[in-house]
Amino acid sequence: MIFLTIGTQEPFDRLIKTVDNLAGQYKNYRFVAQVNSSKYEIKNMEYFDFISPHEFDHIFKESKLIISHAGMGTIISALTNKKPLIIMPRLANLGEHRNDHQIATAKKIKELGYVYVALDEAELAANINNLLTQSEIPIKKEIGSFASEKLTSSIRNYLDEI
Amino acid sequence: MLQMKKLIAIASVGGHWVQLLRLRPAFLDFNVIYVSTHKNLKETVNDKTFYLVTDANRWDKIKLLICFWEVLKIMVKEKPDAVITTGAAPGLCGIIIARFIGIKSIWVDSIANVEELSLSGKIALKFANKVYTQWPEVSDSKVLYFGNVLS
Repeated sequence: MIFLTIGTQEPFDRLIKTVDNLAGQYKNYRFVAQVNSSKYEIKNMEYFDFISPHEFDHIFKESKLIISHAGMGTIISALTNKKPLIIMPRLANLGEHRNDHQIATAKKIKELGYVYVALDEAELAANINNLLTQSEIPIKKEIGSFASEKLTSSIRNYLDEI
Repeated sequence: MLQMKKLIAIASVGGHWVQLLRLRPAFLDFNVIYVSTHKNLKETVNDKTFYLVTDANRWDKIKLLICFWEVLKIMVKEKPDAVITTGAAPGLCGIIIARFIGIKSIWVDSIANVEELSLSGKIALKFANKVYTQWPEVSDSKVLYFGNVLS
């Protein structure tokens, strides 16, 4: 299964369309998409709007590859679940987000080598074509269940003063 | 027996919420009350009190007012000792209310803000006791950096 998730904000038809086209080419894979308020008519994927966190986890774990917007929720879920993820940032001038912070996030995530990153549709399609040739897609990094100990102990120390 | 102190932990659905849950080791000494913007998130904090509030942003002033009112009601009812949030709008409401009722508050800016503090984070700087960024480049004399939620 290949899982596409665009998060809980604005529509992101550019990403959905690119992946839907790929789904048309890869009939041997089951493509599942979490979308919202999409104007684009999906032809080649199963899709839904919002599912429970438990169902989301289940689909996540069953997937060979996850494709998403550059949202930290999905990025962190992929890193903790040790699943390969490729992200593409939303652009403000196309009405995909209120500002362009996802570009900066995506570039930083790429620089630090956390997950696969594509900055536009062409790069995304090329990357997915390449990744799907591999029987098992390697993950780039994994993380534990909690924030850095430095951060949590700094917060805890401050809270303990109360 | 000494009653545990109360902490209200607020985050909007999505990345903010995922990041908040990763801070849980910091909350061990507290009775934590969670506040978020999607009802399905309750199942991720089963054993804890969970409140649902309206999601809002600065472009929708009416929802922002409703959200502020809902967070205010929760804080009046629960009488927390402190507030922590990873954003966005409902968390900022909590930080502002905390200032006016005289309790401590902590803003942890989302890791998605790699170049500068989020707009909400900049407002939070005026009201919160502690503001953390997750990127060393964004930190300064008022904005703390102690690593990030990825670890």
